[in-house]
Amino acid sequence: MKNSKNLALYVLGVVAVLALPIFLQSQGNAWVRIADIALLYVMLSLGLNIVVGYAGLLDLGYVAFFAVGAYLFALMGSSHLSDTFPWFKAMFPNGLHTSLLIVIPLALVVAGVLGVMLGAPTLKLRGDYLAIVTLGFGEIIRVFLNNLDQPINITNGPKGITAIDSIKFWGLDLGKAWKFDSFTISSVTLYYYLFLALVVATIIISHRLQISRIGRAWMAIREDEIAAKAMGINTRNMKLLAFGMGASFGGVSGAMFAAFQGFVSPESFSLMESVMIVAMVVLGGIGHLPGVILGAVLLAALPEVLRYVAGPLQAMTDGRLDASILRQLFIALAMIVIMLVRPRGLWPSPEHGKTLQRKGAAAPGAPVAPGSLQTHAPGIETPADELPGAASRPMSINP
Amino acid sequence: MEILLQQIINGLVLGSMYALIALGYTMVYGIINLINFAHGEVLMVGALTSWTIIGLMKESMPGTPGWLVLIIALIIACIVAATLNFVIEKVAYRPLRNSPKLAPLITAIGMSILLQTLAMIIWKPTNKAYPNLLSTTPIEVAGAVISPTQVMILSVTAFSLVVLMWLVNYTKLGRAMRATAENPRVAALMGIRPDMVISATFIIGAVLAAIAGVMYASNYGIAQHAMGFLPGLKAFTAAVFGGIGNLAGAVVGGILLGLIEAIGSGYIGSITGGVLGSNYSDIFAFIVLIVMLTLRPSGLLGERVADRA
Repeated sequence: MKNSKNLALYVLGVVAVLALPIFLQSQGNAWVRIADIALLYVMLSLGLNIVVGYAGLLDLGYVAFFAVGAYLFALMGSSHLSDTFPWFKAMFPNGLHTSLLIVIPLALVVAGVLGVMLGAPTLKLRGDYLAIVTLGFGEIIRVFLNNLDQPINITNGPKGITAIDSIKFWGLDLGKAWKFDSFTISSVTLYYYLFLALVVATIIISHRLQISRIGRAWMAIREDEIAAKAMGINTRNMKLLAFGMGASFGGVSGAMFAAFQGFVSPESFSLMESVMIVAMVVLGGIGHLPGVILGAVLLAALPEVLRYVAGPLQAMTDGRLDASILRQLFIALAMIVIMLVRPRGLWPSPEHGKTLQRKGAAAPGAPVAPGSLQTHAPGIETPADELPGAASRPMSINP
Repeated sequence: MEILLQQIINGLVLGSMYALIALGYTMVYGIINLINFAHGEVLMVGALTSWTIIGLMKESMPGTPGWLVLIIALIIACIVAATLNFVIEKVAYRPLRNSPKLAPLITAIGMSILLQTLAMIIWKPTNKAYPNLLSTTPIEVAGAVISPTQVMILSVTAFSLVVLMWLVNYTKLGRAMRATAENPRVAALMGIRPDMVISATFIIGAVLAAIAGVMYASNYGIAQHAMGFLPGLKAFTAAVFGGIGNLAGAVVGGILLGLIEAIGSGYIGSITGGVLGSNYSDIFAFIVLIVMLTLRPSGLLGERVADRA
């Protein structure tokens, strides 16, 4: 009885997700576009979730892989290279216009290799140190993207690369609307289905990973690295694998982003984006697939919707509160308020808390008896309360 | 040779500002193990507040000498920044002391974005010209040039550092801070109230950040809502470089980072034959950080903490 009910719910959900763009399309393509972007963010968050959620490695430079994928597709799918280099033009007179079936695996491999390369020097680091180093990596990549227009023009600098091909495969062009008699499926809707397929693939891979030996090993590393090592897990290889796999998802989403936008510039890959993706993972419920998806959809789509209420607000506040500021304000408040109310995320993994709770340690969120030491012991997290890494003893500030 | 000397002076000025900011990071990290991402924004608020005060004073009291205006603006900026940081700690960090480690990090990032947004609403998202209140006649030293503003930056930083060291080493509050950093629970048993100490730490950090903000704005002659983020990031790098949790380390790290950045961006063009220009100056901090953490994760003056961090 219960199973058939669940099945019905699933079918309903699938139908709703499939029908969504057709419904949105009638309200205008801008809405479908928002859904597309949300799907891209879902893919990115799921990729980062492998690194942060499963392996417990806090990566604040994740957007670098997104950028690599995007620039890879931009260079392969536009005439930028043949415009810049005569020898390239001699080899490919029409420019490289690579098919999707080559781009996706290539973006996956290149970003994955880069992920492993960036992960390798940071293996010794954990927690906050790792966060700040990955953040530095992200910034370095952005600075290079911004400046690699001299002396050899590779990325076209801050101007970015324009006129990138839309996605074409098997003779289909997603950049053009399809027409059946009176009914039109717009280009953004076609992208929606492509992204949806990729998101579904990502979810399946993530889920299979989570319940596999590799996933178990990652979670063991997340909970206690030293114990995991003692149990015979090759922590070095496992961490590199997590970096690589997470990065490869970022690369694929980047390539899709470039094709979808038709334009890339370093502006899209700022630190803010990395931070946003981390926020999506953490706000939704770190390590828990439905939670991560919820976080990504919420943070990606809702602020866009807010744009439509921004007009009157802007008029009221003398032009100071425009759409982009309102969006930023909303995101910031969401990050703070959600964390204060639900420090484990909106939809945390149900078993997560169980494995983390120790006998005798206060349950997370449980009220502490007044006057007990706990209220006066800030900074010392009981080991039970920690997620990635363990800073068991605060450091000395003795000069 | 003159170029080198000039870049060393610029590096010292830049480095002393990094050191001021890094102290705030390192104190907070030393006590509650939190990267206070909003620290750079406290700096920004300090700088913009002082900009407003200077504007107001120029209008209402046009005859006041420049240095007096600067001091008054500095003091008010410090008070505003201290209040702000006190409130931030109370609202966004204190409720999350016993939560998963990522939660306070996310609220810190959220706070950073929130402050930038509020600054955009209050001060509008435009670049503001920060007036030069001291004399503009440069002082020449062996072929290199120091502006009075730079002299002021160096002396104010040195003064702040001395006061801070005295505070931490010779006062009751300083002893309480060191004890709390060592072990909050035991400190609490000894009659110290860690909550008070943490609040005091945030206030001291904010004052240093506000001073750095005013210096930063007067050095570059510009102030805007996003000015705090990159210096904040680099100051954190400096704190890690010197050994996080270590006050002397933050100062050494900050000054070294400033020197590396100034000399690096001065010479990168001629070393690489013009392939890389000074527009790459921002990456030096991060390269230093990565190299440092790979070779010696505890930082220059730090104890071994790699496993714990």
